[in-house]
Amino acid sequence: MEIILAIITGVLYASGIYMIMRRSMVKLILGIILLGNGVNLLIFLLGRITKGEPPIIDSAEKVLEGVYADPIPQALILTAIVISFGLQAFAIILVKRTYKVLKTDDLDQLNTTDEDS
Amino acid sequence: MTNDIIILPLVVHLFFSILLMFFWNKVNFQKVVSIVGNAVAMVVAIWAFIFVYNNGTHIVESGNWSAPFGIVFVGDMLAVTLVLLTAIAGFAVSVFSTISVIKARLRFGYFSVFHFLLLGLNGAFLTGDIFNLYVWFEIIIISSFVLISIGGEKNQLEGAVKYFALNFFASMIFLTALGVLYGLVGTLNMADISLKIAEVENTTLVEISAVLFLVGFGIKSAIFPLYFWLPASYHTPPSAVSAIFAGLLTKVGVYALIRVFTLIYGGDSFLTILLLTLAIMTIFSGGIGAIIQNNIKKVFMYFIICHIGFMIGGLALFTEVAMAGVIFYLIHDIIIKTNLFLISGLIYRIKTTTNMKKLGGLYANYPKLSLLIAIPLFSLVGIPPLSGYWPKISLILASFNAQQYWFFGALIFGSLITLIVIAKLWAEVFWKDQPKLKFPEKFIYFDQLRIGQKFTFIFPVAFLTFVTLYIGFGAEHIQQLSQRIASELMNNELYINAVLKR
Repeated sequence: MEIILAIITGVLYASGIYMIMRRSMVKLILGIILLGNGVNLLIFLLGRITKGEPPIIDSAEKVLEGVYADPIPQALILTAIVISFGLQAFAIILVKRTYKVLKTDDLDQLNTTDEDS
Repeated sequence: MTNDIIILPLVVHLFFSILLMFFWNKVNFQKVVSIVGNAVAMVVAIWAFIFVYNNGTHIVESGNWSAPFGIVFVGDMLAVTLVLLTAIAGFAVSVFSTISVIKARLRFGYFSVFHFLLLGLNGAFLTGDIFNLYVWFEIIIISSFVLISIGGEKNQLEGAVKYFALNFFASMIFLTALGVLYGLVGTLNMADISLKIAEVENTTLVEISAVLFLVGFGIKSAIFPLYFWLPASYHTPPSAVSAIFAGLLTKVGVYALIRVFTLIYGGDSFLTILLLTLAIMTIFSGGIGAIIQNNIKKVFMYFIICHIGFMIGGLALFTEVAMAGVIFYLIHDIIIKTNLFLISGLIYRIKTTTNMKKLGGLYANYPKLSLLIAIPLFSLVGIPPLSGYWPKISLILASFNAQQYWFFGALIFGSLITLIVIAKLWAEVFWKDQPKLKFPEKFIYFDQLRIGQKFTFIFPVAFLTFVTLYIGFGAEHIQQLSQRIASELMNNELYINAVLKR
């Protein structure tokens, strides 16, 4: 299980960064989404995967004992998903608006900011 | 009340940003509310500063969860000093925004988002939890995305796309570093991480997470190979927005670097070499970038990059003297960079352009105003009694003691090139005769403004100049404060004991 997740994480990172480095703005957004998912999987993986051991304290005891799944990575991922969802929504609107104004999808054409004015 | 004093700056900004949303279309009323809000925030920040100055590090545990388990807000001297500087810069910029930003932009919730940005900055300075730091960073960047793209002009949108892509990428790398670090130590509280990271056997992984943090924060604070988004985007929004970005957004990256590399990865020899090399390259590339630009906004942007190098280099030296220099420089830099961009906005309003070739004759037309502008420019160079001079003593002394002569040379080079560029700027903008300007129609000139409006324009610049003068002439106070912060940073047991209540 860990091996599969590790490979998937690597593939998501690689494809995300590859897509970000392409020249098209739509691919930039796709890259951002892939990279965000890769990061979430990485946190999930590094928080140690424990199957079938929910961190619930038995009514007879005061503290957790033995092996249990760490709930914190899941909380972190949930927060990160919500944040990156908001950012992606903003990015899609930004790119659409930029396309309407500039009439191009090519990031290489975005060079008016470097002109001497 | 005093128990929760250090989170009051957050509460004030949150309250005012929500309040401002209820007055969405009443722009004139929003202006008043925003200025009042920032004034209140400044009072609260001063109060918090005095409280922490007298009583030492103060912590607030959210939901009464004790330290390593819940999120803590830690008000140590560094954090409250930066909160105070944020409040000062925020107040000046909000006054400047009321007059310099056009109504069409203000109508889309400009002030509300501006308060959210300040909320994020204060949160990032005060939090003691590293994942919470990530969340505050996201609040900062999403507010800054809105501010940079509000108005939707062609070059603004281009700048926004570049700014968005690289800042989002930086956040992802920060999150990756966080994941690796959590996997190693199993805690998110920075004080707790600091204790547990010493016990980790796999030092390679620790160094990998350190380098990931360096890249993530490095993109945000614009250090050498990672700064290219900054010259492509910071000059596109209105000057008021550029001012708050220049003053505080890159500095929050520097703050995060200082916090992480003193508390968690203190004094690692590999990192020292890496940081020093990056600092020297940052100073060189920023300085050389500044000298070839003709637009004064772009010149100031390259100065941001150049002077980030001073702080990163001081952090790399990792001695108490160097750290005092870094903190003093940070204090000086936040005020001065905010002021420089406000000045560029003022020049734009007077002359309709910020291109040095088209500018000229400002001293002949506005002698008093030019003298006012001269003070921050001279402080930036570091003419002796003014504020830029004092931190450089500490930095040069520390680099000499540590026998880091390359950094020593880079400091001298950075100061010299700042002097050359400011001399060129002064000659071109203030002394040269005015070349023929094309005056666009429908432009509100400075001369046509009423006297009250002119006052609103000049007041923030004068206010920040006054603060700069205080930093320069009251250098003893600031130096004492910086030394106290530096000793707190170097002896991080104080921070850890305060957070974990040992």
